[in-house]
Amino acid sequence: MAVAARKTKAPAQPKAAAKTAAKTGSAKAGADKGASKALSNMPTFDKAEELHAYREMLLIRRFEEKAGQMYGMGLIGGFCHLYIGQEAVVIGMQMASKEGDQVITGYRDHGHMLACGMESRGVMAELTGRQGGYSRGKGGSMHMFSREKNFYGGHGIVGAQVSLGTGLGFANWYRDDGRVSFAYFGDGAANQGQVYESFNMAQLWKLPVVYVIENNRYAMGTSVSRASAQTDFSRRGLSFGIPGEQVDGMDVRAVRAAAERAIEHARSGQGPYILEMQTYRYRGHSMSDPAKYRSKDEVQRMREEHDPIEQVRGRLTRDFKVSEDELKAIDAKVREIVNDAAEFATHDPEPDVSELWTDITLETARA
Amino acid sequence: MPIDILMPALSPTMEQGKLSKWLKAEGDTVKAGDIIAEIETDKATMEVEAVDEGILAKILIADGTENVAVNTPIGVIAAEGEDVSAASKPAVAKPAEKPVEPEAKAAPAPIASAPQSVPAQAKSYDASSEFPAGAEVATMTVREALRDAMAEEMRRDGDVFVMGEEVAEYQGAYKVTQGLLQEFGAKRVIDTPITEHGFAGIGVGAALTGLKPIVEFMTFNFAMQAIDQIINSAAKTLYMSGGQMGCPIVFRGPNGAAARVGAQHSHDYAAWYSNVPGLKVVMPYSASDAKGLLKSAIRDPNPVIFLENEILYGRTFEVPKSDDFLVPIGKAKVVRPGTDVTIVSFGIGMTYALGAAEALAKEGIEAEVIDLRTIRPMDIETVVASVQKTNRCVAVEEGFPQSGVTAEIGMRIMEAAFDYLDAPVARVTGKDVPMPYAANLEKLALPNIGEVVAAAKAVCYR
Repeated sequence: MAVAARKTKAPAQPKAAAKTAAKTGSAKAGADKGASKALSNMPTFDKAEELHAYREMLLIRRFEEKAGQMYGMGLIGGFCHLYIGQEAVVIGMQMASKEGDQVITGYRDHGHMLACGMESRGVMAELTGRQGGYSRGKGGSMHMFSREKNFYGGHGIVGAQVSLGTGLGFANWYRDDGRVSFAYFGDGAANQGQVYESFNMAQLWKLPVVYVIENNRYAMGTSVSRASAQTDFSRRGLSFGIPGEQVDGMDVRAVRAAAERAIEHARSGQGPYILEMQTYRYRGHSMSDPAKYRSKDEVQRMREEHDPIEQVRGRLTRDFKVSEDELKAIDAKVREIVNDAAEFATHDPEPDVSELWTDITLETARA
Repeated sequence: MPIDILMPALSPTMEQGKLSKWLKAEGDTVKAGDIIAEIETDKATMEVEAVDEGILAKILIADGTENVAVNTPIGVIAAEGEDVSAASKPAVAKPAEKPVEPEAKAAPAPIASAPQSVPAQAKSYDASSEFPAGAEVATMTVREALRDAMAEEMRRDGDVFVMGEEVAEYQGAYKVTQGLLQEFGAKRVIDTPITEHGFAGIGVGAALTGLKPIVEFMTFNFAMQAIDQIINSAAKTLYMSGGQMGCPIVFRGPNGAAARVGAQHSHDYAAWYSNVPGLKVVMPYSASDAKGLLKSAIRDPNPVIFLENEILYGRTFEVPKSDDFLVPIGKAKVVRPGTDVTIVSFGIGMTYALGAAEALAKEGIEAEVIDLRTIRPMDIETVVASVQKTNRCVAVEEGFPQSGVTAEIGMRIMEAAFDYLDAPVARVTGKDVPMPYAANLEKLALPNIGEVVAAAKAVCYR
């Protein structure tokens, strides 16, 4: 499904200009209400792209709302970290990706899996710990994988995915197969030591990796300014000579445009690239987070003024004259997928007890 | 059909809470994602989001109601144009569908913690086929054997590469990778910066795609910086992915005490890694086992911890001359047959075991010496087969005593062959202290032949 891996006629600007554009875009992130007024350098989508982004982001939003509900009903156990609010990041990135590019992320991973084309049923059934889950119920919310869709997890140790994702890039370099790996991590993980060990080696060996820092402003309950001496994460690779930019991560068009620059850089053998996606999570860190560390007004303002889905919806009705009925039909279709996934994940049986003892090690092939 | 809004839970352990506030009134239009109410427990407040669209037809539980059980219908949403009045009767609110209760079923055997059971009459593994009599042999050091193993496997499989500190241009800190750069080039023999955590993670990431990295740690003491990637990423991913993502990687390097390098460079990690499901842990003594096991480790589809020893690098042994020489992982070897007492060890511990067996023979005690070779999975059956014959056992290791490999051996013998024991299993280990630097103290901290002899005599009541 999903990944419209299209090369767009995206801004064929010279690099320096492109960077300025992105910076401008991010600076405007706070003021750009609903993105009705097109900034001169703002990358644009055609109607098909807007519709694609709308549907894909909506799927993540509705899936996560359903997951939250099912958690509340006791069907999902343990930790459950929702991606609501950050949808434009992964969808914009995937719109710029090519078949074979790998994705790896941390524990807030449901959106990334759906964006990679993994089935809603399999993801939801893993959340409920059932045999039809991607890990047959043995991984849970934070630990899911799909070799077929080049999704390498789903990692519960903050920052570990950065070294692993660099290793994916290493494999691409070793095989010289033209693939690029996308290593996603948050503003919190960006302070882990192994991130910089990885930056160093990635640049030293010119590995094709795009580091996507999803800065949602809070590492669990600690705001960026309380945890980071350098809050401009796009500069975190500067001492290694890794280029970076800040991107309005609430605007899927800005994300895709920046992703195209970053991916081109990595794929052409120039090494890694850092994208700081300025985004926001509406929900708590996990389901049990009462979110006392930020004001309700702050959350409300982000939802009302910068919602990534509402921005696209606004452009679709205003600029592309898409009717409410058409959008409602998309909504209904998405809801149907999510309800089907929830239904499946509720009634699918738990893994057979024999699963306890499988997949610990692989059989050694006879030499 | 009207849809019930159920009282949500903040966590799976929450059973009831207070419905503190409705943010929508009856008759209001509700969109998915709208916050419609707030609930409260003694721990936190949570917003209730609508998941369905429609009109809030009826509020069933009023603001401020305490002790509302989870999954109680608190309101009803009707679709647009639906007969709202029909929904207004509380009777419509059918009881919430009970979530499918996970059934508490006992796992089938094996229930015991022991990962493998030993048959009543255990059979010893026959290692003679690994090293056929009359095979052409070469005399070489452990160091050369390890180098040859890597070179042969790299010739055989282009996906195999070596990375680590000083493995390429320096030719290996302990010269184990000597000549590999010249033969295979800089893409397959990769000098890394001094960043164990980072390059271990890169190796694991590459292995998840199917490449077969050999990650050298200059010593396993430095692998402590990387242990998260070894345990959490390499060992667990296969299981957590439901069998999708194997991790064919070898972590190798010298482990344990060398000579006079102090506590931070002398730690034996055999027991640590052997504690982790998903890993294989190999610790060879002889050059032929080093070669045959390293080749097997490189071909193995699982993460293998390959523990070498600096002191053994220079020791010379006979090794079969064959590129196809393999030693299976998970099989022990009876290296000296005997009838009176079983001495089991591995790695450099074998020097004490073999030395003690020689000394004991002079006193008329015939010890059967077993080299475990692999710590995980442990070939306890070969040990038990021996104990069923000798009825006595001494286990020897250089590592610390508490939760050590010898502790495991003793427990496993008790589980499988308690009735065969004529004496409690004894162990000889490194002392329970950080490794001292002073020559005399260091000597005291390590096991020695005398201690093994004494333990063997004690279990023989001699």
